[in-house]
Amino acid sequence: MQDDLVFKALADPTRRLLLDALFEADGQSQSELESAVQPHGEMSRFGVAKHLKLLEEAGLVVRRKQGRVQLHYLNPVPIRLIHDRWIDKYTEHHTMALAALKRQLEES
Amino acid sequence: MTTDTATMHDATDRQAPDIQVFRVYIQSPAQRVWDAITSPEFSVKYGYGGEVHVDLTPGGDYRNDTTDEMKAMGMGDIAVTGRILEVDPPHRLVQTWVAAWHGEETTLTWDLKEYDGGLTSLTLTHDCTGAQNTAKDVEGTGDAAQGGGGWPWVLASIKTLLETGKPMVGAGA
Repeated sequence: MQDDLVFKALADPTRRLLLDALFEADGQSQSELESAVQPHGEMSRFGVAKHLKLLEEAGLVVRRKQGRVQLHYLNPVPIRLIHDRWIDKYTEHHTMALAALKRQLEES
Repeated sequence: MTTDTATMHDATDRQAPDIQVFRVYIQSPAQRVWDAITSPEFSVKYGYGGEVHVDLTPGGDYRNDTTDEMKAMGMGDIAVTGRILEVDPPHRLVQTWVAAWHGEETTLTWDLKEYDGGLTSLTLTHDCTGAQNTAKDVEGTGDAAQGGGGWPWVLASIKTLLETGKPMVGAGA
C-alpha cells in the first residue's frame, strides 16, 4: 500500500522536481520550494502545497518545525524499501544466473 | 581532524545535508521498536550489527561495539560512542553520536509514535552540523554492501527484523 503511494508520488514531474530540490538542499520552507519549481513552469502556491502533501503522504518528505517555520526534508527510506523489495530481487536473479552459467561452463 | 575524509559516499562534490531526517513505519508496538534501538539482543540482528549498550539515564553512556568483521578491518573494539541527553521511553531518545572512524560529535534524536493497530513511526533526526564526513556516511548514497547504506538501510533492516522476525539479508552480526 505504501509502495503504491510512493510510485504515484514519483509519477509526476513537479513532484520529482521538488525531491531534486530537496536533494540539492535539504530542509527547505514551502516558499523556498515554490521558487525552486517556478522556473520550470507556472505553479500556484496551492499547487505546490498539494504536491508536498502527496509527497508527505507517501513518506518521501518529512516536515519538521524549526523555530516558526516548517521545513521539508527528503526521506529516502521509502525508496530504500522499494529498492530492497524490487531492485535487489532482480539483480540477485542476474547474479544467480551468472553463477549458474559459470558453473555450467566450468563443468563442461 | 583536517586530514579525515568521508569514507562511503557518492563521487560528486555535493555536500551532505547538516540535518537529515529519516522516517520508517514499522508494524510493531513502540516498546518493541524502542527495545530494538536500545538493546544488544536486537542490535546484532540489524544494520551493521555490533552490540549496543546504553545507560538509559541523562548523561549515561551509549556504545556500539564493533563486529568481528569490523575488528578484522582494524576498527578496534568500539564503532560508535555517545552520551544520553534525553530519555522518555518508548517515545523519545536524544543522544550524541560519535563514529570512531571520524571522531566528530553529532546529535541523534529518535522519535517513536504508536498508532492504532500497533503501527509505529520511527523518525530519526541526525544533526551533523560541522560534521560533514559523518553527514556523508550516514545519508545512505553509497552501496549498502560496502558500508554505505547509511540510516535508510539501517532503518529498513530494523523494519524487516521486527516485522518478519528474521534479519534482513546482509544485515546484522
